[in-house]
Amino acid sequence: MTTAVAGGHEAHDDHGPAKGLKRWLYATNHKDIGTMYLIFSLLMFFVGGAMALVVRSELMQPGLQFVHPEFFNQMTTMHALIMVFGAVMPAFVGLANWMIPMMIGAPDMALPRMNNWSFWILPVAFGLLLSTLFMPGGAPAGGWTMYPPLILQTGDAFPFLIFSVHLMGLSSIMGAINVIVTILNMRAPGMTLLKMPMFVWTWLITAYLLIAVMPVLAGAVTMLLTDQFFGTSFFLAAGGGDPVLFQHIFWFFGHPEVYIMILPAFGVVSEIIPTFSRKPLFGYDSMVYAASSIAFLSFIVWAHHMFTVGMPLSGQLFFMFATMLIAVPTGVKVFNWIATMWRGAMTFETPMLFALAFVFLFTIGGFSGLMLAIAPADVQYHDTYFVVAHFHYVLVPGSIFAIMAAGYYWLPKWTGNMYNETLGKWHFWLSTIFVNLTFFPMHFLGLAGMPRRIPDYGTQFADFNFWASIGAMGFGFSQILFVIVVWQCVRGGEKATDKVWERPIGLEWTLPSPAPYHSFTTPPNLEAKEAKA
Amino acid sequence: MIRKSFLSVLGLFLAGTASAEWGLNMPKGVTELSAETYGLHMMVFWWCVAIGIVVFGIMIVSLFLHRKSRGVEPAQFSHNTTAEVVWTAVPVVILLVMAVPAAETMIKLEDSRDPDLSIVVTGYQWKWHYRYQDEDIEFFSNLARSSLDARRKGSEVDPFSVENYLLDVDRPVVVPVGAKVRLLLTANDVIHSWWVPDLAIKKDAIPGMINETWFRAEQVGTYRGQCTELCGKDHGYMPVVVEVVEPEAYLAWVDNQRETGERLAANP
Repeated sequence: MTTAVAGGHEAHDDHGPAKGLKRWLYATNHKDIGTMYLIFSLLMFFVGGAMALVVRSELMQPGLQFVHPEFFNQMTTMHALIMVFGAVMPAFVGLANWMIPMMIGAPDMALPRMNNWSFWILPVAFGLLLSTLFMPGGAPAGGWTMYPPLILQTGDAFPFLIFSVHLMGLSSIMGAINVIVTILNMRAPGMTLLKMPMFVWTWLITAYLLIAVMPVLAGAVTMLLTDQFFGTSFFLAAGGGDPVLFQHIFWFFGHPEVYIMILPAFGVVSEIIPTFSRKPLFGYDSMVYAASSIAFLSFIVWAHHMFTVGMPLSGQLFFMFATMLIAVPTGVKVFNWIATMWRGAMTFETPMLFALAFVFLFTIGGFSGLMLAIAPADVQYHDTYFVVAHFHYVLVPGSIFAIMAAGYYWLPKWTGNMYNETLGKWHFWLSTIFVNLTFFPMHFLGLAGMPRRIPDYGTQFADFNFWASIGAMGFGFSQILFVIVVWQCVRGGEKATDKVWERPIGLEWTLPSPAPYHSFTTPPNLEAKEAKA
Repeated sequence: MIRKSFLSVLGLFLAGTASAEWGLNMPKGVTELSAETYGLHMMVFWWCVAIGIVVFGIMIVSLFLHRKSRGVEPAQFSHNTTAEVVWTAVPVVILLVMAVPAAETMIKLEDSRDPDLSIVVTGYQWKWHYRYQDEDIEFFSNLARSSLDARRKGSEVDPFSVENYLLDVDRPVVVPVGAKVRLLLTANDVIHSWWVPDLAIKKDAIPGMINETWFRAEQVGTYRGQCTELCGKDHGYMPVVVEVVEPEAYLAWVDNQRETGERLAANP
């Protein structure tokens, strides 16, 4: 009896991943779930990207060449929903799953079964959403912002849209709960909050943002649902409702949402720049405070998306001033990164290149953000390509470059193999050149008067649209290189050392490469390590 | 590798300046407030350029000097209170410099009292309706015939051969130069947004609500804009055209419109 129990226990301790499909379907291991999140988000990145290429193909020349306006609107709407909820957010959750336990010295996420659920909801949500492409009336075409009354004109796709948003929200909330519980309860002894890696900090803040705003989005879309099917009039003027109310609720979710997509990126960059500068992160405490202030401010700036809806003057002034304030903590972050580089000893491996491009290009997006904060000027910029340029600069060479950087940075730790540096650098340079070719001309288009979300345009906008389309094709096809690099790295290659890089900081580098299936089954002793260092 | 990317960026800028004649920047416009808005836009832009030169300059210097290949030994500092206080305080001051004039312009933008003329603008899927409040004039304004034919998929009409492709209407709004025109905006179905860049006016037309805005055009001419709130499949096909004319020409236009209206009423 005793031996049987002991034997069983031993087997339990040693078990590796289950075989076949079960490993993934029943996954509770944070590394497996992280991998699934990352693969899923990469897949969605290509699906959303293909839609962007449909949009850019149509916009390459004036006149309608390829699609009808109805389908064009479906593409812009679906592109945004898929990129925001399917590509960027799951990628960061995937990174959180892989890295947070390893960075804080925990054996796994705190709630592994919920972790499984929060991942497997996603394919269902996006299955529902993508199925609408084949429904009568087509996919949702009212924009990812889903403003009523227009969104209520959606055909059969409407309830599918609402339920898929509900599911994405559920998944995000569960992911966020898991991150918070893990970080607050499972840190290795000696790792106080202010000793946590910056990526863990930014994710902790992000998780609170998620818990605060995803239910708000769920509420907003539920009200759309009842307006459509159950005779309510929350947003219908004819029944005494208010269409603008939706916009307030949506952007109360929507503005923190943009920080949900950028704060973990700040965290990633704050890990990478010190490693390749061979110098500790400058101003750790101020980084934490800056991220927290950004998170707080994100709740009181939502109506800067709505300067043209007809708000009282006092409201417009308040939202203008509050929005401008965000420049201060964001500036602190950028200055801290540059101060980290200053007098370091830099090398420029692919993760560092992506992180540096992040600092440059995210800052450009920050500048246009500051311009957009100026309410009278925003009246001119609003809903033009200037806005499109702005948010793509913070999302593509912002969030997505940070995700790429994180991928290259931690791939050797995940797979035990070094990636192909030459191909990585090609991927970086092609991406950087094409991303600018795509989005920089959009600033000019917007200022010259081109509204966003139009399938066709006046001939004076033709040149820049042509360049933007060339850039988009180039950027899209360059991403195939990333898939090749990842594939090669998973299959084999030069063996990575445990530290991988010359002077990385953090507990994940004390583990072997590839990281074992179960890591930190006993917590590391930080005090002893510090004494040794 | 680095040099190559610099060249391509340079090429991009050259391509940009070559096409400058048809607009890289926000138009100065033809109202006092459009000029002020342009001024704000340029002020913030130049601040961004200045900050960009300093920040990117320091970063680029660091990228060249502080690399391992030059054999530098990395410093290990991670705090500098003076620097941190400076780069928190200086942006606050710059923001104040921007905020004051922006607020002043905002206050003027919202002051639509004492208009000379009021027009009720109603957005429809997918056209605009205008009603002159004191003149008993109302009409729909649709995309012009020439664009209508060319816009269809597979129309085989070259958009470049159409004058003001997608930016022309059958019946423009006509207003007198120098008059304070108040717009009362609403919509019949979904939210639309009325925008003319040269007048620096963009306001949402929302069903069940009446929004207010105003402009005083100081130059005779034809000014074009578009709907700027996604409003369905033909969102890209409901332009706005405003003709600013001399007061006498305006009065003649009003008489002409009244006669046409009466004639239409007599023979519907």
